[in-house]
Amino acid sequence: GITGGCHRSPKGEAAFSQKFELYSMAWNLKEDLRDCLVAAAPYGGPIALLKNNFRKEKSPGSRPLLEIYSASGVPLASVLWKSGQVVQLGWTASEDLLCIQEDGTVLIYNLFCEFKRHFSMGNEVLQNHVREAKVFHTEYGTGVAILTGAHRFSLTTNIDDLKLRRMPEVPGLQKLPSCWAVLSQDRVTIILLAIGQDLYLLDNTSCSVVTPPGISPHAGAYVQMAVSFNYCYLALFTDTGSIWMGTSSLKEKLGEFSCDFRTPPRQMVWHVAELWTLSGERRFILDEDSYLVPELDGVRIFSRTTHEFLHEIPEASEEIFKIASMAPGALLLEAQREYEKQSQKADEYLREIKDQNLLAEAVRQCIEAAGYEHEPETQKSLLRAASFGKCFLDKFPPESFVRTCRDLRVLNAIWDYQIGIPLTFAQYKQLTIEVLLDRLVLRRLYPLAIKICEYLRLSEFQGVSRILAHWACYKVQQKDKSDEEVAHAINQKLGDTPGISYSEIAARAYDCGRTELAIKVLEYEPRSGEQVPLLLKMKKSQLALNKAIESGDTDLVYTVVLHLKNELNRGTFFMTLQKQPVALSLYRQVRGRGLALLRSPALVSASQATEDQIKLLRMQRRLQDELDKPYVDYSLHDTVYGLILDGNHKRAEQLYRDFRIPDKRFWWLKIGALAEREDWEEMEKFSKSKKSPIGYLPFVEICMKHHNRHEAKKYAARVTPEQRVKAHILLDQAADAAIEHKNENEMNLVLSKCTAATDSSVVEKINRAKAQILKK
Amino acid sequence: MAAHLSSGRVNLTALREAGRRELREFLDKCAGSKAIVWDEYLTGPFGLIAQYSLLKEHEVEKMFTLKAGRLPPADVKNIIFFVRPRLELMDIIAENVLSEDRVRSPLRDFHILFVPRRSLLCEQRLKDQGVLGSFIHREQYSMDLIPFDGDLLSMESESAFKECYLENDQTSLYHAAKGLMTLQALYGTIPQIFGKGDCARHVANMMIRMKREFPGGQNSIFPVFDTLLLLDRNVDLLSPLATQLTYEGLIDEIYGIQNTYVKLPPEKFAPKKQGEGGKDLPTEPKKLQLNSAEELYAEIRDKNFNAVGSVLSKKAKIISAAFEERHHAKTVGEIKQFVSQLPHMQAARSSLANHTSIAELIKDITTSEDFFDNLTVEQEFMSGIDTDKVNNYTEDCIAQKHPLIKILRLVCLQSVCNSGLKQKVLDHYKREILQTYGYEHILTLNNLEKAGLLKLQTSSRNNYPTIRKTMRLWMDDVNEQNPNDISYVYSGYAPLSVRLAQLLARPGWRSIEEVLKMLPGPHFEERQQLPTGLQKKRQQGENRVTLVFFLGGVTYAEIAALRFLSQMEDGGTEYVIATTKLINGTNWIKSLMEKLEPPPF
Repeated sequence: GITGGCHRSPKGEAAFSQKFELYSMAWNLKEDLRDCLVAAAPYGGPIALLKNNFRKEKSPGSRPLLEIYSASGVPLASVLWKSGQVVQLGWTASEDLLCIQEDGTVLIYNLFCEFKRHFSMGNEVLQNHVREAKVFHTEYGTGVAILTGAHRFSLTTNIDDLKLRRMPEVPGLQKLPSCWAVLSQDRVTIILLAIGQDLYLLDNTSCSVVTPPGISPHAGAYVQMAVSFNYCYLALFTDTGSIWMGTSSLKEKLGEFSCDFRTPPRQMVWHVAELWTLSGERRFILDEDSYLVPELDGVRIFSRTTHEFLHEIPEASEEIFKIASMAPGALLLEAQREYEKQSQKADEYLREIKDQNLLAEAVRQCIEAAGYEHEPETQKSLLRAASFGKCFLDKFPPESFVRTCRDLRVLNAIWDYQIGIPLTFAQYKQLTIEVLLDRLVLRRLYPLAIKICEYLRLSEFQGVSRILAHWACYKVQQKDKSDEEVAHAINQKLGDTPGISYSEIAARAYDCGRTELAIKVLEYEPRSGEQVPLLLKMKKSQLALNKAIESGDTDLVYTVVLHLKNELNRGTFFMTLQKQPVALSLYRQVRGRGLALLRSPALVSASQATEDQIKLLRMQRRLQDELDKPYVDYSLHDTVYGLILDGNHKRAEQLYRDFRIPDKRFWWLKIGALAEREDWEEMEKFSKSKKSPIGYLPFVEICMKHHNRHEAKKYAARVTPEQRVKAHILLDQAADAAIEHKNENEMNLVLSKCTAATDSSVVEKINRAKAQILKK
Repeated sequence: MAAHLSSGRVNLTALREAGRRELREFLDKCAGSKAIVWDEYLTGPFGLIAQYSLLKEHEVEKMFTLKAGRLPPADVKNIIFFVRPRLELMDIIAENVLSEDRVRSPLRDFHILFVPRRSLLCEQRLKDQGVLGSFIHREQYSMDLIPFDGDLLSMESESAFKECYLENDQTSLYHAAKGLMTLQALYGTIPQIFGKGDCARHVANMMIRMKREFPGGQNSIFPVFDTLLLLDRNVDLLSPLATQLTYEGLIDEIYGIQNTYVKLPPEKFAPKKQGEGGKDLPTEPKKLQLNSAEELYAEIRDKNFNAVGSVLSKKAKIISAAFEERHHAKTVGEIKQFVSQLPHMQAARSSLANHTSIAELIKDITTSEDFFDNLTVEQEFMSGIDTDKVNNYTEDCIAQKHPLIKILRLVCLQSVCNSGLKQKVLDHYKREILQTYGYEHILTLNNLEKAGLLKLQTSSRNNYPTIRKTMRLWMDDVNEQNPNDISYVYSGYAPLSVRLAQLLARPGWRSIEEVLKMLPGPHFEERQQLPTGLQKKRQQGENRVTLVFFLGGVTYAEIAALRFLSQMEDGGTEYVIATTKLINGTNWIKSLMEKLEPPPF
């Protein structure tokens, strides 16, 4: 039912609020809420109760009991509390439960009461104990603020990146402040506290006294304060029953009024821009034993029996549902109802809207209002009206209608009390679908999450894959199934779905101590870059090495090799590498290349060559000593050549024999050296020593190369008939070359080697050319 | 500026643009003025991606070459090292950084850009040297495939072949696979992958793997390439050993083309002006860029050298005729038109002059007796003559101590053409080489054996003749002027690698199963599924596009042969070529030679 009620907004304007029942609570709570430590997560999150916490005697039968429920009161899990005294409970942005103990230890549980980790708020807190604590949310994440028994504040703004900050001392603070709150302004977290009639602002470095602007001088001492969901507004309650409201920067006053009760309310929360208080007295219509949960767009109020939501009626809804409203949306809704009754009034209503040219506006109003409705029936009638109106519009963009229909289906599905996440449209938009999916995954509602992904047609990468991966991570923790079964089940369901990280699943399995399962799951991981580090972590270096080599990424191979080298003893290390040539060569690359090659087995077969080399070296040493010239490190060829060049023909001959240099090569070598030495006589002698194995053309060539036409001719005669032409060409070419170069010296050189009898034509040619040069 | 990249069937400007974008992003990360310290090897490849002007726009004020010792002074805020991930370079960088701290008070920020990939190995070395923490940004610039021309991509990874076949280091294959993934990200998933060889198999496996590693983002680009053909260099060891006989191939054989640039002896390029005489010969080598942006070069680069002369003289006539036109230009309009064409004509004339000079230089060599003798022996081997005995010419060359690389090319060629040499022949060659050039070359010979270039004939059967005949590797009736077959690029020998590509396109490899089995490594086919929307409906007469990736290097002659196939009227396939490195027999063999350090004792 819709309850209209007028409350005071900070600006004093009248606004309509509406309260409706979300659930009747499924829990069968025997205790009063006020006897429990309660924490409810925003965005329709879970509710944590710590029962028996305040009892002093700790008999085994009356141990505190931690229970977690969905917002609809469906129990999710419970656990007997065996740790220390809890001062405060709170939820993180990712729906983990923080249990802040008296000794400053903060224990983190997931919403199935499974312990995740703990951290300490520091030594100072440990020594002086936690007196009060608050969990708060800023852009940095979830923070914890502690007030210790020494009246000092300590806080961290992000429990996932723990940096403890001890706030400066408040001068003259001898007892606990009457009330305090955490504020976040311009990305800085500060604490506002009240001592009697004084307000202090505590930041990182200093403590300053502040006065709210325009507060009545007789307001009295502050006993309660509340900060709005978005840290914009602040309310202060005094012992005279006066309430001051303003911006949290304390720069502007929005209003001040006095209440007819004086006892400080147990809870005071902001509802959008209105203030709601929960006092011990039954001034308001609320059940005495209720708990308030501030939300983005309203306040949730739950008690032992019901869970309600109180929110300001949005403009669109107000326009439509206001009594006797003539707003276009209201008329359209009416038109559609008449149409269903097959009444002609439908046309009249429609005409009325159309005449004012407001049909598009009417459709928009109906769509928007549907989004704010909780009851599917109301949603449907509004959407039906919108759809009806759309028929008479030419170009109404369909997106908003489609989107609203889709989003409402999603919201209706999660509102179901079995699921118990009462998100409003505005909260859902703020939270985003990704986070909502995460929350479903946290609750292990995998099928619903997948259905939603499919329904919203989210890309596999963002949607289904992610959820399946989470499912798999959960699956590997189920210890009652065998490794084979689990690995198989995971691969069956996940296959090659894009975006699935098998390595993450494997890492989870490994964390649960299931190494074998982890290896099995890792087999499905296509990215070696992910596979290998985890295998190394699991000490499966051999497998890691294989996988790295398979990937072809040598850098990855090297990562493993380095790792192996540190992990294994020398012997095992080399044994392992020996089996993997790729890895071995990579290792050698680092250790220096030349050495590795010398060890290469292929060289063993080259022993003959090695023997020869040693023999040569020995000879060269001797030659070096005897002849006082450097011979070592020259090749055999160069050694023999050098010897001939120096006229050591005997020694050259000896090397020729010792190393069985083939005749042909020796002849080539010898005439080359002799020509360079210009020892023409020796050359001729040599040429006649026996029949040349290389013929006599090379003699001609070598002589011509050294410009000795005269000598060349001697051998030309001995050239075989088939090569004789070539020899003569060679002889002539010298003259031609000299003429072409126009080089007189060269010409003279050629002339000097000519004999008038046989070379008359050449002589004539050269003389002509010489005459030509002289003319110029 | 990069028009030649978009001239082909596949617009490779996009790849270059992606590279430039990545570079700009990195430079902007290091705010303020900067100096780049270059690993010298990278300057060439980088020049093909971005000119100095781009660097300047991003506040690069100074550039140095990486060398040991202290960095030259420069008043800049950032010092960025652009380096390949090599350990020896890390030591130099460490030295630079360490000596820097001691002498300068205003500290400069150091950054390091690894090309093409960060390496743990290198970072570990920097850490060991105690300088790792000095670097603010340590990033990688994944310059895997660099566009060289409209149809040519190269990784310019100089030692890829050696690393893969000798050192078991498959890093370059990993980079090749990464490069192919980048290419697919820009040009769509390649639906068909064929391959031959162990490395090819490995690269294909990595590609499939990498595709699985990055799911989610289904590639929605319409595929430009129909087929990828991965070829191991060791499937065809013969082609690079033979002397290339195309114009571009010969320029590379004789002068060496580096990153599309060639340095030539200056004498032939002296300005021929009257009165100045021939005295003022330039001493600096003439540096020319060779790519398809130059119209004339695009026309002659892939021709057999014997067909270049006639084209050049024809061009000369056309150009001089065009210049003659000015005498006929009578009206103002005609003169205006003539003048407007003048820049183009002048460019054409200077291009013609350059190539005439180059052709003359090459001709001096190709007409030499030694070139002729060498070629004759090569052709004998390739056509299967006397491959089983010691060759006289080779022996004589050794005796005269010709350059060792030339000898090694000949001996390896003979070995490949005989499916290995008989023990006696092999031992003889080895002994001759070791005695003449020194025993230290035993390491090089060992490398060549390991790479399969030089080997012992193990089975009694010589497979080469079968392969030669089945794949028609030797063509007696080669037409150099107006070729009708790819064999023109080696004046008779049709490169095996390109034949494989040709036969794959038509009629398919099934026809040569037997021969494929004789060649090393597996052959395979993989298909990459495309979403239905991206499946190609080929228009009538539309050519397929095949990317041929040579793992271990490709020669200009092979490229010419593939271009010839692309241009064949009834070919049906156009080719884009990718490679780990542009090679020729000389630099290839050189990369396999053991660099000799002084002995440790």
